[in-house]
Amino acid sequence: MESQTPLLRVRNLTHAFGHLLACDDISFELHSGEVLGVVGESGSGKTTLLNCLSARLTPTNGIVEYDLRGRGLTDIYTLSEPERRLLLRTDWGVVMQNPRDGLRMNVSAGGNVGERLMAVGARHYGAIRHEAEDWLTKVELDLGRIDDRPKHFSGGMQQRLQIARNLVTKPRLIFMDEPTGGLDVSVQARLLDLLRGLVRELRLSAIIVTHDLAVARLLADRLMVMKDGKVVESGLTDQVLDDPHHSYTQLLVSSVLQV
Amino acid sequence: MGAMPKQEIADEEGYSFAYLDEQTKRMIRRCILKAVAVPGYQVPFGGREMPLPYGWGTGGMQVTASIIGRDDTLKVIDQGADDTTNAVNIRRFFARVAGAPTTEATAEASIVQTRHRVPEDPLREGQIIVYQVPQPEPLRPLEPREIECRKMHAYKEYGLMQVSLYEDIARFGEIATSYSYPVMVNDRFLMSPTPIPKFDNPKMDDFPALQLFGAGREKRIYAVPPYTKVKSLDFDDHPFAVQQWEEDCALCGAEETFLDEVILDDKGGKMYVCSDSHYCARRRAEGHRGYLSEGAAEAYAAAVGADAGGANADEEA
Repeated sequence: MESQTPLLRVRNLTHAFGHLLACDDISFELHSGEVLGVVGESGSGKTTLLNCLSARLTPTNGIVEYDLRGRGLTDIYTLSEPERRLLLRTDWGVVMQNPRDGLRMNVSAGGNVGERLMAVGARHYGAIRHEAEDWLTKVELDLGRIDDRPKHFSGGMQQRLQIARNLVTKPRLIFMDEPTGGLDVSVQARLLDLLRGLVRELRLSAIIVTHDLAVARLLADRLMVMKDGKVVESGLTDQVLDDPHHSYTQLLVSSVLQV
Repeated sequence: MGAMPKQEIADEEGYSFAYLDEQTKRMIRRCILKAVAVPGYQVPFGGREMPLPYGWGTGGMQVTASIIGRDDTLKVIDQGADDTTNAVNIRRFFARVAGAPTTEATAEASIVQTRHRVPEDPLREGQIIVYQVPQPEPLRPLEPREIECRKMHAYKEYGLMQVSLYEDIARFGEIATSYSYPVMVNDRFLMSPTPIPKFDNPKMDDFPALQLFGAGREKRIYAVPPYTKVKSLDFDDHPFAVQQWEEDCALCGAEETFLDEVILDDKGGKMYVCSDSHYCARRRAEGHRGYLSEGAAEAYAAAVGADAGGANADEEA
């Protein structure tokens, strides 16, 4: 199953906002089925990195290559804009920190899930509806609310709906920016459980940006620790968290409250 | 652009022919040519102030003003009727500033400016129908960002429009959108056919006359050239269908026209009449009668006033 070519290869990625260096010379590879966590405090460049990787922010320098179906590793910033947008709607998924950015709040839950299907040409209402029901069940949303608008949903439900909406086209890679941000701990736990199950079941690759080490511990196979735009430490999650080498990682790990 | 075009003065003193100055008309004509070359594409134009408020047909009037000539005959309809305020005023306006002969007969007109309807009588090659458009962007209710809308048009990403139809079926069990029903033009551009009822959508397909659309507030012009494919969006299992009525026109008995509901009294009495007033009057003149014809026609005439009275007078003549 594991192939030699990585799914995503990043080389010397740098992004600067004027004089501010948000991402400084970042290189890594992500293989199929792997979950990579990116941790670091706010302002360390995590979200900028994620935006650069997910073709939504052209980096100042460096190359982001993705293993396109049938084309092999391709620099995503050499693709035309419609190709990139198609990639974002089909083979990729982006789960936003704020569900209001990732959902259409005035479109019913079923419509939100069905949008990607219709965007790639589904024109059979019954089939779209069936698929939407299927996905709502998978993310444990009550089917009785399929025609309700997400603005009437709770934060946790909105986040789960966002995940369903992204997974409906069976993407191979999903980007998540603080997927549990703003949720209370019990809802967080259920969401993490769900995500872990889905990632394993669908053999998804994922890049998860978080400042919550518990989330990283539960979901990520590998971890990258960022500080001031640089990757200061990376390795297997357990290794990094149990035996942190860099002084910043040590600080980060020791800052977590032990209950 | 060479020498200044000669300013043609209308009979009404102080105005250019057809109200707009020559440069403006040339600018609008260039936009119309571009619109015809790319069917369904919304061409931005420098919309001018017209002597009536936005929403009353300023876009359609600017298009009409740019294409009308000395030999043209103009028909103006509003909701299918020739005798409503908006239609009467726009017709009178062009009669004054362009000296244009006007008519109520669809077949006699070379230009038909319309709001909300395509006439029941078929149009033919050489005629032009000008639609007044309040909102040219069909994606607007779903996507408020203009840049994003333009990208969706440019890349032909129209899945979102389908979402609005999905929402209709999920909520009402059928596609409840009954006017401004989105269409694909020439298999390429998504287009809003303005608030014409979806009843008229099938007429737009393979239409022999040139169709021009002008949106004054939004400053957009678009067009459908003659004999262009215009397809209404739908789902495989919920195909496009037009409105149907259980009754026929109460005045002329027409079975397959778009009908308006007219309330007759405050006891629930009502009747349905053709929305195309010219078509209905012509049929009555030809001797067709609806079930309410005699009494109701008089009541209707009394209610709506002089023009319908005129139609009645024709009947008696």
